[in-house]
Amino acid sequence: MGDIVKNIGLFLGLLLLQVMILNKINFLGYGNPMLYILFILVFPMKKDRSLFLILSFILGLCVDFFLDSGGINASASLLIAYIRLPVLKGLLNKTEIDFAVFKITNLPFLKLLSFIAIMVFVHHLAFFSLEYFSFKAILTILSRTILTSIFTLILIIFSLLLMTKQK
Amino acid sequence: MQRIIGFLLKYKYFLFFIFLQVIAFSLTVKSHSFHRSKFVNSANAISGGIYNRVNSIEEYVYLKTYNEQLLEENTRLKNELALRLKDSAIWRQDSTKYERQFSFTSGKIIHNQYLRKFNYLTLDKGSDDHIEPDQAVINSLGIIGITNTVNSNYATVLSILNGNAKINVKLKKSEHFGTMQWNGDDYNTVQVIDLPIQANIQVGDSVITGGKSTIFPDGIPIGVITDFVKTNNEYTTINVKLHNDMSAIGPVFIIKNADKDKILQIEETIH
Repeated sequence: MGDIVKNIGLFLGLLLLQVMILNKINFLGYGNPMLYILFILVFPMKKDRSLFLILSFILGLCVDFFLDSGGINASASLLIAYIRLPVLKGLLNKTEIDFAVFKITNLPFLKLLSFIAIMVFVHHLAFFSLEYFSFKAILTILSRTILTSIFTLILIIFSLLLMTKQK
Repeated sequence: MQRIIGFLLKYKYFLFFIFLQVIAFSLTVKSHSFHRSKFVNSANAISGGIYNRVNSIEEYVYLKTYNEQLLEENTRLKNELALRLKDSAIWRQDSTKYERQFSFTSGKIIHNQYLRKFNYLTLDKGSDDHIEPDQAVINSLGIIGITNTVNSNYATVLSILNGNAKINVKLKKSEHFGTMQWNGDDYNTVQVIDLPIQANIQVGDSVITGGKSTIFPDGIPIGVITDFVKTNNEYTTINVKLHNDMSAIGPVFIIKNADKDKILQIEETIH
């Protein structure tokens, strides 16, 4: 029960933080960090993934509503939600993961960092590809993806540190 | 049959993923077209309400700038009025016979975007304040956009910084028409295409709205030409620096064209 309340709080908190503050940063005219995908990274691992997929989709769609961006965020969020398990399995060289005891924050730092980096990069690449929607803009897409990814990555690591410190 | 069920069960997450992805994709494709009937928009009560709250705090930072803008505009208008009053015969006409084509409503941009390729703004006025889709949005410095989706209390505005926005413009000095469109790079610079070579443009020429559409009235300022490229006796790129700072937009006017239906009707009979 406590877990459910915590996750609902995280969902709403990250959504409001994203649309009320982070989307207004417009850092040096480059872009805004997308911290809301932290929800997709830390959502508890379970055998049944349908709820996780739906929640990730809805979270992205909510951000889309605020940004008038169609289904871009929904699509990118859903994509990283779907690849979360395969990416983790690949990184840890395991075929099965014990869902009951597994926690992202217990990973060794380098593994955690590469996991977050992969997820953020894939999300941002999908996001900007859908936004520009043209092969001609490939350089713009890549440069914006990389710059925004660095920004998001730093914010996510800081937030994770804050979240684990509290306990 | 069992095999089919087995297959469905085995790939149920993948199929579910594809199903949701198709929805997201179709919403995205829809948003990239110019169509007005968008399901996903920020003019709804929740996002509009939240933006309104945030904006009411943010506003204080810009109060000074907005005041100065307002004062400048008032001075300009008073000067224009003083010139007109000299010729006061116009003003003694029967005012009930006077029909104006354009009427102005004031509003506020409560959410601004300028870094994306398809930028939309959110306006704090909606159909309750007689805002309709396809109305011009300007401020004292120049044009800002066109109203897009309208709900009862809020509306979204297709920014001029949107790849879908095409606006009829002309040169102030010579009345040559062109089309304004944004290439998505710099949020202070827009591009003009289709300007004939006879226009003989120079750096520093003013660009204003052309008044050929039913949306924008004639002669609203846009910006000045900063540079252009001429190849094969044709203008390929013309960059126009906007008078407006698109990263800081507050109070705006929404313009209603009373003759819009009449004009559209006439245009239809021609075609």
